[in-house]
Amino acid sequence: MMLKKTILGAIAFASLALLGGGAVQAADEYAHTDQQNWSFAGVFGTYDQNQLQRGFQVYREVCSSCHGLDFISFRNLQEAGGPHFSETQVRALAAEYTIADETADGGTRDGVPADGWPAPFPSEQIARDSNGGAFPPDLSLITKARGVHMDFPWWVFNYFTGYQEGGADYVYNLLTSYEDAPDGVEVAPGQYYNAYFPGHMIAMGAPLSDGIVSYADEATPETLEQYALDVSAFLQWTGDPHMMDRKATGFRVIIFLVVFAILMYMVKRRIWRDAH
Amino acid sequence: MANHAGNYTPGTGVERWLDERLPIVRFSKEHLMDFPTPKNLNYWWTFGAILAFMLVAQIATGVVLAMHYTPHVDLAFASVEHIRRDVNFGRIIQGTHAVGASMFFVAIYVHMFRGLYYGSYKAPREVIWMLGVILFVLVMATAFMGYVLPWGQMSLWGATVITGIFSAIPLVGEALQTLLLGGFSVANPTLNRFFSLHYLLPFIIAAVVVLHIWALHVPGNNNPTGVEVKESRDTLPFHPYYTMKDLFAVVVFLIPFAWFVFFAPDILGHADNYIPGNPQVTPTHIVPEWYLLPFYTILRAIDFNVLFIDSKLGGVIAMAGSMLVLFILPWLDTSRVRSGTFRPLFKPFFWLFVVNFIALAYLGAQPAEGIYILLAKICVAYYFAYFLIILPLLGRFERPAPLPVSISESVLGKANG
Repeated sequence: MMLKKTILGAIAFASLALLGGGAVQAADEYAHTDQQNWSFAGVFGTYDQNQLQRGFQVYREVCSSCHGLDFISFRNLQEAGGPHFSETQVRALAAEYTIADETADGGTRDGVPADGWPAPFPSEQIARDSNGGAFPPDLSLITKARGVHMDFPWWVFNYFTGYQEGGADYVYNLLTSYEDAPDGVEVAPGQYYNAYFPGHMIAMGAPLSDGIVSYADEATPETLEQYALDVSAFLQWTGDPHMMDRKATGFRVIIFLVVFAILMYMVKRRIWRDAH
Repeated sequence: MANHAGNYTPGTGVERWLDERLPIVRFSKEHLMDFPTPKNLNYWWTFGAILAFMLVAQIATGVVLAMHYTPHVDLAFASVEHIRRDVNFGRIIQGTHAVGASMFFVAIYVHMFRGLYYGSYKAPREVIWMLGVILFVLVMATAFMGYVLPWGQMSLWGATVITGIFSAIPLVGEALQTLLLGGFSVANPTLNRFFSLHYLLPFIIAAVVVLHIWALHVPGNNNPTGVEVKESRDTLPFHPYYTMKDLFAVVVFLIPFAWFVFFAPDILGHADNYIPGNPQVTPTHIVPEWYLLPFYTILRAIDFNVLFIDSKLGGVIAMAGSMLVLFILPWLDTSRVRSGTFRPLFKPFFWLFVVNFIALAYLGAQPAEGIYILLAKICVAYYFAYFLIILPLLGRFERPAPLPVSISESVLGKANG
């Protein structure tokens, strides 16, 4: 009887804790999300270094003309657990960019790995003026700032699987859902129809199409879907650059805690042995 | 129990000297080691120690975070990202602090529901319970202000909604809100004072915790039978029995805590808080953190005017009332039996109350429309009915099961049977 109550109570409190996830929006109509098999999914997931490098290439050749990466510096690109470019590659890459620096001769100098990723526009106003009034958001944290909608009870499982890939799923679905507007839907000038975007009207035209980025690796298909996968994975990394290190620490911490808990339980048993 | 004699004998001359001037060692021995504690406390009783641990953990991580954080609307968001990306161990410290807030509330709710079930609020422990309610409100205020500090969209807009509560108070409301915000809307002055208060309140909480434990050490612990300690064989010294049991519980509690910190650090928060706060863009749904949701539902459920009280003030009265009712709970429950174990009628109402509270939290995350509005009203009605109608009446009509004569008898009975 007591045991049943205890279990019931435990379930009740666990569900209470989990209701945090209930804090997802529910009112609007939600487009179906096509969830992908990400290499970084779940507690054992890791980034695929080659994919991050390809994703960086897509970002650099396509997205970076309008979207910044405020929280990424060149040096981050050479960190282990990320795209992991070599130091030489990163130095060469940084040197391709001109950085405004009032202490340098002429006010500008070549980039170095310590520099932040150069912003595409000098100010929000200039960005808006060049994009028909829309402000292209910074992409450093875009995968953390977006998520996918799940109905009850599916989101409950996220707490046990450690689902953190909603942002990447969102970006992938957005990039692959540009289509012609259905009959009777008026698309204003400067707007585009996207079946996944909330409200369907998006100020960004379809950025990707088959073949626009040329990968060095011949084996990787140069398709819209592949580009979308790669750039979503790259943006997952920009949002969570130390994920692999974090998970590795997590395993050590949890294994330690479990072993420590067992030892503590044995000590407790021994101390309590002749308590009654 | 209040007059238990410690068995501290100063061992050395130095200890004797100190004992005559400041008997701190004697005090610690009596209250932290020898304190007679009922021998039948179950694991629900370990959440007090877990909460003490959580308070210390939050203060320790918070002090480090404050060294790297910048309370300014233009810099706060970036400074939190700086902590997560560039500060040594920053992502673990920040993750622990943010997830820690949620774990703190998990422990608080377990601790409170344990008190509700075992009647720990009844005489002579009313003051312990009331101090606990004060602590609950203080922790909610602290957590709310902490959530504002990263200055994401939910920080800003959550702060706008919650501080709007004050404007409903008649006459002084507007002035109070302006004082709290440092202006007419949530902006840089708000962030600065919230940061200051967020650093101050935990130390006030620690002080109230001292009172809470002091008040506990006068009558001593309640226990699962609700029968008072009668003789010394009903109790065990706090150390090593309960220090060990509590430590074990803390370590077990750390396992799900670590799971969230290392494998799902963002799952307890809201994605919108990764968008820098922007006063010109309102999020589609403004949702407070999960631990405030039950009270948020109570606030929103009053959407009708009562006489001269408009719906906004009505909601605020209901929400304040939901905490005030906890404050006077010791006098609302008329049953003289403490433990729910011996109250056959109380039990179903109690578990319904637990489910109802979870439902209140769930409804707080849903938009106020359609069926949710009606459900919220029903749940709010049950919340108040439980305290104001059911508990007062149950004591009169319920026939409790026979109580064990003493704690020892109940423990032995269980061992034999």
